[in-house]
Amino acid sequence: MPRNENIKKVLVIGSGPIIIGQAAEFDYSGTQALRSLREDGIETILINSNPATIMTDKEMADKVYLEPLLAEFVKKIVLKEKPDAVLPTLGGQTALNLALELEQEGFFTKEGVQLLGVNLETIEKAEDREQFKQLMIELNEPVPPSQTVNNLEQAIAFKGEIGLPLIIRPAFTLGGTGGGIATTEEEFATIVKTGLASSPIKQCLIEKSIAGFKEIEYEVIRDRKDNCIVVCNMENLDPVGIHTGDSIVVAPSQTLSDRDHQMLRDVSLKIVRALKIEGGCNVQLALDPHSFQYYIIEVNPRVSRSSALASKATGYPIAQVATKIAIGFSMDEIINPITKNTYACFEPTLDYCVLKVPRWPFDKFHMADRTLGTQMMATGEIMAIGRTFEESLLKGVRGLEIKRDHLILDPILDLSTEKLLKNIVKATDERIFEVSELLRRGITSFEIHSLTKIDLWFLQKIQNIIDLEKLLSKEVLDKEDILLLKMNGFADSYIARTRKISEVDFRKHRKELAINATFKMVDTCAAEFESKTPYYYSTYEQESEVVLDQRKSVLVLGSGPIRIGQGVEFDYATVHAIKAIKDLGMKAIVINNNPETVSTDFNVSDTLYFDAVTFEDVMNIVDVETPIGVICQFGGQTAINLIEQLENSGVKILGTSHDSTDLAENRERFEKALNELKIAQPIGTTVSNIEDALEKTKIHPYPLMLRPSYVIGGQAMQIVYEDSELIQYMENAMQVWPGESVLMDRYMIGVEVEVDAICDGKDVLIPGIMEHIERSGVHSGDSFAVYPPQNLSEDIKKEIVEISSKIAKSFNILGLINIQFIIKKDKVYVLEVNPRSSRTVPFLSKVTDIPMAKVATKAILGQSIIDQGYTPGIHPEEKIISIKAPVFSFTKLKNVDSALGPEMKSTGEAMGRDYSVQKALNKAFKAAGINFPYMGTILVTIADKHKDETLPMLKRFHKCGFKFLATKGTAKLLREHSLPVQEVNKIGRAERDLLDDIKEGHVQVIINTITRGKNVESDGFKMRRTAVENGVICMTSLDTTWALLEAIEINSLGTMTL
Amino acid sequence: MNKIYLYLETGQEFQGKCFTTPPSLDYLSEIVFNTSMQGYQEVVTDPSYCDQSIVMTYPLIGNYGINQDDNESIHPALKTLIVREHCSTPSNFRSRQDLGIFLSSRGVTGIEGIDTRMLTKIIRETGTMKCIVSPSPLSSSVLDDKFKSDLTQNQIEKTSTKTIAHFPANGGIRIVMLDFGYKKNILESLLKRKCDVIVVPFDTSFEKIQEFSPQGILLSNGPGDPKSIKQVIPTIKKLQEKYPMLAICMGHQIFALANGADTEKMKFGHRGGNHPVKDFAKDRVYITSQNHGYCVTEKSINDTDLEITQINMNDKTIEGLKHKTLNAYSVQYHPEASPGPNDTKYMFDDFLTTINEVSNA
Repeated sequence: MPRNENIKKVLVIGSGPIIIGQAAEFDYSGTQALRSLREDGIETILINSNPATIMTDKEMADKVYLEPLLAEFVKKIVLKEKPDAVLPTLGGQTALNLALELEQEGFFTKEGVQLLGVNLETIEKAEDREQFKQLMIELNEPVPPSQTVNNLEQAIAFKGEIGLPLIIRPAFTLGGTGGGIATTEEEFATIVKTGLASSPIKQCLIEKSIAGFKEIEYEVIRDRKDNCIVVCNMENLDPVGIHTGDSIVVAPSQTLSDRDHQMLRDVSLKIVRALKIEGGCNVQLALDPHSFQYYIIEVNPRVSRSSALASKATGYPIAQVATKIAIGFSMDEIINPITKNTYACFEPTLDYCVLKVPRWPFDKFHMADRTLGTQMMATGEIMAIGRTFEESLLKGVRGLEIKRDHLILDPILDLSTEKLLKNIVKATDERIFEVSELLRRGITSFEIHSLTKIDLWFLQKIQNIIDLEKLLSKEVLDKEDILLLKMNGFADSYIARTRKISEVDFRKHRKELAINATFKMVDTCAAEFESKTPYYYSTYEQESEVVLDQRKSVLVLGSGPIRIGQGVEFDYATVHAIKAIKDLGMKAIVINNNPETVSTDFNVSDTLYFDAVTFEDVMNIVDVETPIGVICQFGGQTAINLIEQLENSGVKILGTSHDSTDLAENRERFEKALNELKIAQPIGTTVSNIEDALEKTKIHPYPLMLRPSYVIGGQAMQIVYEDSELIQYMENAMQVWPGESVLMDRYMIGVEVEVDAICDGKDVLIPGIMEHIERSGVHSGDSFAVYPPQNLSEDIKKEIVEISSKIAKSFNILGLINIQFIIKKDKVYVLEVNPRSSRTVPFLSKVTDIPMAKVATKAILGQSIIDQGYTPGIHPEEKIISIKAPVFSFTKLKNVDSALGPEMKSTGEAMGRDYSVQKALNKAFKAAGINFPYMGTILVTIADKHKDETLPMLKRFHKCGFKFLATKGTAKLLREHSLPVQEVNKIGRAERDLLDDIKEGHVQVIINTITRGKNVESDGFKMRRTAVENGVICMTSLDTTWALLEAIEINSLGTMTL
Repeated sequence: MNKIYLYLETGQEFQGKCFTTPPSLDYLSEIVFNTSMQGYQEVVTDPSYCDQSIVMTYPLIGNYGINQDDNESIHPALKTLIVREHCSTPSNFRSRQDLGIFLSSRGVTGIEGIDTRMLTKIIRETGTMKCIVSPSPLSSSVLDDKFKSDLTQNQIEKTSTKTIAHFPANGGIRIVMLDFGYKKNILESLLKRKCDVIVVPFDTSFEKIQEFSPQGILLSNGPGDPKSIKQVIPTIKKLQEKYPMLAICMGHQIFALANGADTEKMKFGHRGGNHPVKDFAKDRVYITSQNHGYCVTEKSINDTDLEITQINMNDKTIEGLKHKTLNAYSVQYHPEASPGPNDTKYMFDDFLTTINEVSNA
């Protein structure tokens, strides 16, 4: 069945900003889709609001619309572009929901646009719980029995039928508030009562609990001929009860017999066929560990995070094949692009063991509830490939970027065994470390199994690792010991530490013993056929398969798992670096361990090494490939942190050297350098203990900005106003970062400005200046950024350009540099210098049409800025105004404060572009998912010091059609200024308080600037959480509030009297 | 664990560890690889692997142990199982013992700790070859000598039943299965469909079979070279004239030979659970379970009464044949799965439909 010739032009819908549960995997799948469509000569139109993605690069589609992912914008694009079809199955839930909305209202039918890959009926059947249940009953496939109840009696009756344990899910409460799993009669009655009480419609779903079952996933592809294959099956190490996105997942399944596997495979195929899906689909199943009983958990009728994982785990390009299927091909017509000599219609087979480990944001959100459950909380993940489970697990741990190289987590070592045994029952992100520690203390795997239901097979493998640790206390480690440790994934750094030698010395010793990493290929077929794709992973085996050629090669370090502060932006830069290297005719090699990304797509680089971005793993590749050098500056802090070690080991660093990096990152050297250059900076100092810090407040008065040296994303940055806060901060810092000094700067309030520039060693190219909407004190990653700047005088801009050039040159920058400024009273201060690619590089590249990472890479490799056709200095400003808006995932995390501050909290970004600031802001808010009203009620709780600043804004809000709610003091003030206000009670002061108003939907916007109480019990915190949980907009910065007002005003038609 | 040595005809040698009772003497066998990620129990009990040494490409083998239900025959017929890592602490609710203990009890040697991917690549590039497994190192001159011996060719005789066995089902369609070394699940697939099955030795005469008044004939899978049992060809010719026939794997090859086509040894064969096969009549691709080292030569079909019904999507080799005028057809793969996907179970249903049509006509 060849492709449908009627389809000549296709609109692809992207997934928008990165949020928890919807990350870079859709940049990967969308990019594959676009490439795949163009291969077949189809004209492509893309809509996606996320500027940090590769897919939104101009050359990726015939036309790229960086517009909000909302029905009105899709409609406008459809009317303008007249596509023949729309492809919504590669843009996550966002794209699917959007398509569903437009299909339901008949828009696509009316415009003659065909929906590809999926149909309305399928989406409804798969996504609507009731319809899905009905379909399963028709197919005679089991779903966990459940019933909706409105009172305790009904609940008890259902319990009589099914028996305990049962899950209670209150209706219409976010994140399952008020629900839980009941294992005893008492628990059951209590939870049902609370559940009913917390549900606004006094209703609960009672469901048979299958917690503890094995959770198994199948990635299925079907074409319209009804050919159906399974790309991969995966088994969760964590049994049912923990979201698969928060589970450690292994591929292929390990504890299923062929009969178990074929049974579940048959079921998966049957469901996908019944749903008539044309493309990729994910089926999640629960299997009783003690019988053949299974249940269907859910079906995702689209390419998902698991598909990205399955693609990288097997080498099978699911998104690409799904796209071809969507335009009419059948799988027996699509060539397998990995082997290039077999077809897509086959099932991959692996000869390695793949592990996915989630990366959680709890290093940023100390206060968050870390208990894992049915709501995913991980921001990213890593994948590790090894020949044994032990190897993959340890490679996974060292690649997580959590400063661990083994299954040891220092803070839990002091906990009692009793406490640890208690902890592992309700899993947190630390469970794998707790389990390891318990095994180390001699607790049996059987006992741990009975508490956690983690399959004994996995526990036994961890036990093997623990047993091997004993080798490390031997007097002499002989060759066989070391080989055994390496084959089981033990990190050089860990072995070295236990032997009290340096990693470099151990590495030398290991190499002297001829114990070298070997590299095996990921080829979809377990070596049955010859593969043409150099996609490798490291392991310790007899044969290494790396094929070298005569070309000069460059190794680019990727950025590892996506986490707050290091998102998809760094993968964007990595991919551009790869492309630039290829452009120059050299071989581009990449190392990265993030399965969600474009950089780990097998056909992006010339050679892909799927390994952790650590010193050990990078050196192993350098040994084999002998590249002319290594580029570190695009891989975020992960890669930057390796520069020193690599340089010391004689590796040529291409781009800014270690010395220059250190100059920017070492506070003392940095201050000295700026002083010498006569560049102003906020006065600051370095302190190492509490006494020192208190002493220095005499010279450096409050407010102060504190942060540990060497961090990214403003981690642990805090503004302190008094001694008690300073002491608390220092105590914590010395515990979490022992030995690290703390930077203590004056907290300077002013306009924040940011510059990304490229230096070729001689000239500096500054594509643009970005002005932040939020004043200093809000982390730049959480700020709205405006390009071109709107409030800077020509003189100030000139000064910024001059300073930027001066710093770039005198710091000997080669490649990218990011500089942050504060403008206060027309004076320019330099806040920090990052000698690397930054979060804003993709944004600035897109709005100025200067592919910064590419230009930088070529500059690094010797092609000057002038030779590349660019004029040094500042690039002329564009007419269109582009605004980058931060996007947060607060709804996904419990006990996380949404108040903005110096610590970064956003997970992604979106963009709004238009000819006026107001319009661009309007779009930026919409693109960021802030569904603001044009009239309604605003709850105002502001600090006294902000009252003067707030009143004029409130007056303007009032003109647009807003009224106000406020507590006593503020209400009085508003009344005095003739603003309509209704007084509400402070939290807990009366039967009803302002929280009720938020919960009941009486409030559309909250302006809250009293954010200093960080305590979970504080009123401000409670209010902000209630806002998050009820989808109410909560502004904690007056600058953002101003921006929101501007966005509202532009579209708000006022009323006036004659 | 004991060290054990594996020598290839092409000169490479591997040293591994023996996870079973070690062999007392060295021995010669044919080495092949299997790409199934699950189903090692079915693989090691599949009679078609008679006398072979099997390399499992998936590195972790033995994870779910050995259970009481999934054996494809009572006695493993293979010589050696070669894996990267054997799991001596299996986990599965049906597991009764670990793979190593099971193999030891059946006299099969298990080797672990070998770079099985490297080994697989050698076999892929050079083709199926002889190997020697030895409990002690052997000198190259000794090896040269030993490699000169021929591999035995009597696998079917070894694995085929010596006695006739009846699996009665009241009023069911009666099938006589010629046993070339059948897998239990072929029998189960028929019994599940309420057939009355009589399993007979591969060299049972036409007359003897006729005495059972079968309604259909099934030619089973089996080990080795189809040309090693040319003596059964006349019987098959007669049977196909009279009864509907389904032939599987070895059965398929003998069926082809009986109809004048030819078979040849493949470079490294097909062994695994992921082989895509296109069924022309259905215009569909199915994922199949396979285990064969020989195949029917495509060109040899031309002057016969056979037509090609199915092909392998990977290498385009013949996967299914049909007699142009008779109700006889065959598949190279294993529709009974075990291990592997159940996609092609319809072959049994189609076969029974044919029998019913013939019986009713």
